[in-house]
Amino acid sequence: MATSEDFGSTEFGDRRHWMGLFAKTDVGDLEQGWANLSDRPEYKFLRAPETGLVMIRGRAGGTGQAFNMGETTVTRCAVKLANGSTGHAYVAGRNRRHAELAAVFDGLMQCKDYRLMLDGALLAPIERKLVSRRQQAAAKTAATKVDFFTLVRGEDEC
Amino acid sequence: MYVAVKGGKRAIDNAHRLLAEERRGNKDVPELTLDQIREQMTGAVDRVMTEGSVYDRNLAALAIKQARGDLVEAVFLLRAFRTTLPRFAASQPIDTGKMTVRRRISATYKDLPGGQLLGPTFDYTHRLLDFSLAEETGDHLPPADTAPADVGRAMPRVLDQLDREGLIESEVPTDNIEPGDLTRDPLSFPVDRSVRLQNLARGDEGFLLALAYSTQRGYGRNHPFAGEIRMGEVAVEIVPEELGFPIEIGEITVTECEMVNQFSGSAEAPPQFTRGYGLVFGQQDRKAMSMALVDRALRARELHEEIEAPAQDEEFVMYHSDAVEAQGFVQHLKLPHYVDFQSELELIRRLRSSFQGQAPAPAAAE
Repeated sequence: MATSEDFGSTEFGDRRHWMGLFAKTDVGDLEQGWANLSDRPEYKFLRAPETGLVMIRGRAGGTGQAFNMGETTVTRCAVKLANGSTGHAYVAGRNRRHAELAAVFDGLMQCKDYRLMLDGALLAPIERKLVSRRQQAAAKTAATKVDFFTLVRGEDEC
Repeated sequence: MYVAVKGGKRAIDNAHRLLAEERRGNKDVPELTLDQIREQMTGAVDRVMTEGSVYDRNLAALAIKQARGDLVEAVFLLRAFRTTLPRFAASQPIDTGKMTVRRRISATYKDLPGGQLLGPTFDYTHRLLDFSLAEETGDHLPPADTAPADVGRAMPRVLDQLDREGLIESEVPTDNIEPGDLTRDPLSFPVDRSVRLQNLARGDEGFLLALAYSTQRGYGRNHPFAGEIRMGEVAVEIVPEELGFPIEIGEITVTECEMVNQFSGSAEAPPQFTRGYGLVFGQQDRKAMSMALVDRALRARELHEEIEAPAQDEEFVMYHSDAVEAQGFVQHLKLPHYVDFQSELELIRRLRSSFQGQAPAPAAAE
């Protein structure tokens, strides 16, 4: 069982990475990951799952002045694990269970023992799935690549 | 003057029950599911999310079902729902340069790095009704072809080529300026471009399409070329206060249009191309292009052009672009105006009798 002393050494970069993966993957993957855990810790909500909005911003011309484009629904959650670790989640959409599990796994990933196990058992498969989804879309898109060519129309000849 | 009208509760309840029955239609036909709308009516879902100003495919599908496919009504439902939710944060500006591109075309360059990718498009279809779709044969469709793809390399922006040569105005971030937000602050003219872009992004597609068309027909002409249209997925990042570092909350599909427009120049500045920008949720070329054309037309003041056409008049455009506001004011005419009308009726009777040199006729019984 990991203890709260194990966390704190985690760098933002890694945490950003896994939080992003938990948010982007399907809730079923997290549900399965939770079911597969042999040692499921108790946790309580610091912030029960709640749904709200995030204003999405774009930039004029893609790179210029920022503007408010429109909102998206988002659900957030914060949990305190029995070992003292705190997990957070912000997940686009309105699925409370998704935000809850993402927060729990964020907490677990901050404990060294869990992290060693979850890196291979949960994170790697999620990453493979998201990459493969992207590759499939890219391959289909690539098949629609065109080479336009221009023709000189002959009206002015002869 | 407004005078309240009471009564009619039973009739209203019954009318809504009747609506529910008609919405369901013939019960021998299976009921439409939200999954079906979300997966197979994506054009409607994208439009409702964009104009409803909430990216949530399931909510948009529900709104479309509830509105019986009346998209302006569905937009209204989504806007109303939005007001029930707290706003947690504003995102970091999305980086469309890092988009996972599923469509990317340019009308200004034939050959360009990354190529022309048609993606799933209605372009170049013959617009002939496909009667094979009248049968449910979708599960036997041949899979889409694939080709080797370079995943992970960002697609360069077409207009960067012009920018590098200084031939087009640069778009430089101004991050010290908080963008305006018309959902929080009332419009006050003249407005900042950020507020205009927000207004156009959620504006009614039909209105913007017509205005865009009007600029092409000579009412505020600005000689546009579609420099680049790209569609695909981008990450949405926020920096939660309690964390202090950016995290991805998900990915959204957007369509972006960059128009290249006629030059401007002055005694101090050499002539260069100008820009119009469109950005919308989902796959909506027509809306993104309309937005870009109208954005450019509305930059007339900033570019010292004469303002002579409706599409260049920001008050006119921004006060009339919102379908929810427009339908509300037009449709309120259906509601009881009995007392208003009685006073008008009385007035016209008086005017007529004085016109005819007679004593006023007695008022009609209520």
